[in-house]
Amino acid sequence: MTAKTERPLSPHLQIYRLTLTMAMSVLHRATGIALYVGTLLLAWWLIAAAEGPNAYSHVQAFTSSFLGRLIVFGYTWALVHHLLSGIRHFVWDLGYGFKANEREALTWGALLGGIGLTVLLWMIAYAIGGGR
Amino acid sequence: MSMTNQAPPKSMRTPLGRVRSLGAAHTGTGDFWRQRLTGVAMTLLIIPAIWVVMMLVGRNQAGAAQILGSVPIALILLCFIVASTWHMKIGMQVIIEDYVHDEKLKLAAVMANQFFCAVVALTSIYALLKLSSGV
Repeated sequence: MTAKTERPLSPHLQIYRLTLTMAMSVLHRATGIALYVGTLLLAWWLIAAAEGPNAYSHVQAFTSSFLGRLIVFGYTWALVHHLLSGIRHFVWDLGYGFKANEREALTWGALLGGIGLTVLLWMIAYAIGGGR
Repeated sequence: MSMTNQAPPKSMRTPLGRVRSLGAAHTGTGDFWRQRLTGVAMTLLIIPAIWVVMMLVGRNQAGAAQILGSVPIALILLCFIVASTWHMKIGMQVIIEDYVHDEKLKLAAVMANQFFCAVVALTSIYALLKLSSGV
């Protein structure tokens, strides 16, 4: 039950200048949604491994295709980004990092760290995969 | 005017006034807490989980099945799957509650979200248990 009140509305999004923390807040949600859908891929992969060589070859055909590789690369970035951005939220939950420079540093760190770690992980994966 | 068909007289108090001073329901932070609990769990599990994926890169089904069926690896992935599906259930529910304002549609969306997360969790858990039992 809601009470009908006639109060002025607070200014909405378009009033404000887009800041880094704002953009990262949106990105945290977006990567969360991407990971949500991406679990289908993870479940498919596990079921295929349990099912047998034929089912597993379909997964491998997908992950070695250009589109498949692009999706898994995007999934890796979404995972690492969401992780680092989430750690940033833990810092805030504990009551630290609210000063302007700290907040910006944490946010840039999560953004750049997410990209850097994704590239690093794929370089390792290619180095290992190529050796097998 | 007869009062027989009418409900008890309506209170003049506002909804806020009626609940004020009753105290908190003590259930409001459940999802907030579990979102952080599962988040911390995955932060701890991410390095072992990535390790497992790296072990599987470029291997065929027989190799993958053997690795996934080993005790420590199956346990790492089981913990990760429980934490992640729980985490994403809470996260998606927050998004639904933020943007879906129609009450019935919201209920349907929240329910569909729970079904989706439960199916993903059970599918992955079933696969891992099947790999571990080797049948």
